[in-house]
Amino acid sequence: MPQTSHWIVRRLSHLDGILLTLVLVLLGISLAVVASASGQSPARISGHLINIGLALGIMVVVANVPPHMLSKVGPPLFVAGVVLLIGVALFGEVRNGSRRWLNLGFMAFQPSELLKLALPLTLAWYFQRNEAVLRAKHFLVGGALLLVPFLLILRQPDLGTALMLGASGFYLLFFAGLPWKVIFGGGVLGAASLPVVWGLMHDYQQRRVLTLLDPASDPLGAGYHIIQSTIAIGSGGLFGKGWMQGTQSQLDFIPERTTDFVFAVFGEEFGYVGAILLIVLYLAIVARGLVIAARAPTLFGRLMAATLSLNLFTYAFVNLGMVSGILPVVGVPLPLMSYGGTALITLLLGMGILMSVATHRQLNKS
Amino acid sequence: MSFVQLKNLDRELARFHGRLKVGAAFVALLAIALLARGFYLQIVQHEHYIQRAESNRISLVPTPPNRGLILDRNNRILAENYSAYTLELTRAQTHNLEATLAEVGTLIEITPGQLRRFRRLLSESHEFETIPLKSKLTDEEVAILAANRYRLPGVEVKARLFRNYQAGPGMAHVLGFIGRINDRDLIQLREDGREQNYKGSAHIGKTGLEQSYEALLHGRTGFDQMETDASGRAVRMLSRIPPVPGKDLRLHLDAELQAVAEHAFGDYLGGLVALDPHTGGVLALVSKPGFDPNLFVDGIDPETWKTLNESPDRPMVNRVLRGIYPPGSTIKPFMALAGLELGLRKPSDSINDPGYYSLPNSRHQFRDWKRGGHGVVDLRRSISQSCDVYYYRLAVDMGIDRMHDYLAKFGLGEITGIDLGGESSGLLPSRDWKQRRFKQIWYPGETVIAGIGQGYHLTTPLQLAAGAAMLANGGIRIEPRLVQAVRDPLARVWQAQPGGRKTQVEITPEHLELVREGMMDVMRPGGTASASAAGAPYAIAGKTGTAQVVGIKQGARYDAGRLAQKHRDHALFIAYAPAENPTIAVAVMVENGGSGSGTAAPIARAVFDYYLTGKRPGDMKLEANDAAD
Repeated sequence: MPQTSHWIVRRLSHLDGILLTLVLVLLGISLAVVASASGQSPARISGHLINIGLALGIMVVVANVPPHMLSKVGPPLFVAGVVLLIGVALFGEVRNGSRRWLNLGFMAFQPSELLKLALPLTLAWYFQRNEAVLRAKHFLVGGALLLVPFLLILRQPDLGTALMLGASGFYLLFFAGLPWKVIFGGGVLGAASLPVVWGLMHDYQQRRVLTLLDPASDPLGAGYHIIQSTIAIGSGGLFGKGWMQGTQSQLDFIPERTTDFVFAVFGEEFGYVGAILLIVLYLAIVARGLVIAARAPTLFGRLMAATLSLNLFTYAFVNLGMVSGILPVVGVPLPLMSYGGTALITLLLGMGILMSVATHRQLNKS
Repeated sequence: MSFVQLKNLDRELARFHGRLKVGAAFVALLAIALLARGFYLQIVQHEHYIQRAESNRISLVPTPPNRGLILDRNNRILAENYSAYTLELTRAQTHNLEATLAEVGTLIEITPGQLRRFRRLLSESHEFETIPLKSKLTDEEVAILAANRYRLPGVEVKARLFRNYQAGPGMAHVLGFIGRINDRDLIQLREDGREQNYKGSAHIGKTGLEQSYEALLHGRTGFDQMETDASGRAVRMLSRIPPVPGKDLRLHLDAELQAVAEHAFGDYLGGLVALDPHTGGVLALVSKPGFDPNLFVDGIDPETWKTLNESPDRPMVNRVLRGIYPPGSTIKPFMALAGLELGLRKPSDSINDPGYYSLPNSRHQFRDWKRGGHGVVDLRRSISQSCDVYYYRLAVDMGIDRMHDYLAKFGLGEITGIDLGGESSGLLPSRDWKQRRFKQIWYPGETVIAGIGQGYHLTTPLQLAAGAAMLANGGIRIEPRLVQAVRDPLARVWQAQPGGRKTQVEITPEHLELVREGMMDVMRPGGTASASAAGAPYAIAGKTGTAQVVGIKQGARYDAGRLAQKHRDHALFIAYAPAENPTIAVAVMVENGGSGSGTAAPIARAVFDYYLTGKRPGDMKLEANDAAD
């Protein structure tokens, strides 16, 4: 019995207290908002609880795996992910006009989800391996590793996921020391190629961008989501209408309000004060993540911690920007807030990696 | 070597920390953008969005008021509402309109007429409007449709209030009808600022009392303030402004008297109006033929409409208000009064009637209706015998302009101002009028025939009745009124409607008395319409007339027998009774009736009999028509 409890304490000692607190606070808020948004649907709430429990469990497990072990998981996962992406391109199932899903018989699976962690892990592993002899050619290889899944996902087509994946890969290259002149050069090149990209964009993607610029032009069609969510957020005011009191939320005006548009519910019911609190919580996670990165003993740990932190905030920014009408509607859930198992597990896996990096520092030193 | 490596690692670490700072700054920048957006939406634009959220959430559901009833003077219901199920279609919600119609047709019977009417309404409305296909569904039909509803998107069975005119075709010209609100009505409602009150109303008064009392009958639309969800489903009621039902109308009109009058016409067409000479209340108003106003309530099918509209009998024309005819000899009592009042004739003055009249320096003979003339004729006899020559002379002595001015006091050639729309003014000719109308001078010969109500003169039966009422009531010009009282159906207290305007025209009593005597003589033995007064337990004062339909050539004789029915003269008769203390005044016009005494006067007699003694025509069936209340 004392041995078991000792074991439990040792497992739990790998959790980062600050990160855990922040994550639990956010998940608590999420539970309250999902309960409100679903009209207190017992199925949704219990489903959410199960997802949270599962994801937290996975986080605890991952936090206990030393970083050098984690780094070895990256490349096989990456290879598997890329193979599956090619499989999708060849045999994938078409839904809503794009080929994203792989039907495994018992479940439909999006390989792009796998790469959200596999790509940074693989890049970090690669840079760690070549830490001593880091040269331009390693950045070229890193860029190529990034481009393969990026292009595969882009031609599904799934612009949103491709960009999010691209961002995480870019963050890693950036923290690994990608020269500024390359970054600026790439930026200028990217800006110059925008018209070309616009021409290559699919109709529905162009429409999304246009709708963003003027949602009122299509109030019943694509603009409906943005209009209704901005009304919800705006009508929330400084303090919000109160929990379960949001008329936009409770009367079905907000689409996807437990998943991608969960912030519209939150913003309506908790107001600007709530929104500030939420952003501060995200900033706190990022800050803690960056501190972990700064203190990490290995390059792998540094790169992973910094990239995962920035990545989390990027997801939050893209989602909040979309829901509040400053970014196009892309299917990105709000980290730690939206209902949905896969995204939550991926996120808490990332949190687990962060905690592993944070707590295996001393062990590595000794 | 190791030193260089270490230094290198330090530099790497320093660079990494620099990059972390850049990353933190980048995140801070994004966070500021989000906070700024939140500030804009939730603080700056808060009022705007709260309003939009409210208008999202709250919808006003109109509840149309019940339309007021129309009752006759004895509270018999003439127009009422009843609830029935109706089958309605919304084109925008059907996948395939034709297939849906065919499908419905296999379930319940849809007549070709209903289908035609549906298609006409369809062509007049936009595709989100709900259009009735069949009303008054039986319980069985409702059950069949309810069972098959899932297969028929866009098809609904609704409980609606319907207007029913149970009084039959005879009352159509009085009540008019309501019909579906069309684009023209909508434009009018918008112009009048009444649009809001018709949210939720499908019908509006189109003609008759339904039109002229629309404002009272319709009532005020209530509004339920509902909280609705995104799909438009009402979640709960926030507040409610109840509808105010339309006012019930009680008429002066006696439905039984109306039926008696209609019956008295027999197969003849024409018009009759009976007025209370003191109040101006319309006791009966018959225009034959009538039509079934129920046909119009939910849209008439095009075939039936065409039949009604193109019928040579013109059933849609209210002859009492809109039929204009030369007054003929019914003008003579008014001419006689004019002669006396203008000092052109004294009661004792008499003329010798040789059977014709010629203007000075003219050989043209204006003939009397009686060959050989009436001999010596004074004013009283001129009325009782309807002597034309007397009035030829009087007219020439008076001149057309004085004639015009005096007759105008009796409202001839002017609308009476009855509380129904669409009244014709008729025409009271004058020199001025002819100059304006034809740019021609007035010829003396035109004055001659004007004296006996021919030529340019045109009057409506309603004008003649109002004129007769003035002779009956001592010169008070009245505006006829159909509606006597209104009531709030909730308060259930009748409130008298203000009567029409009354204007006293000064008439020397002795002069009026003389003319009234002449009119009583008409109905006495020896008078032109004496047959129609035979056996009446009350005295009648009257005057016959005929309105020419075709011109009779100089030297030719009018022979009713030889003329086709449709070319026969219209028979006219004005009268009031009891002569000494009149309570009812009538004007009768019988189309192609020939002579006033032959066809028109008996109809007036039947009306008087029923009104004054309660006696019905012997051959009239009693209708079981229970009074309301």
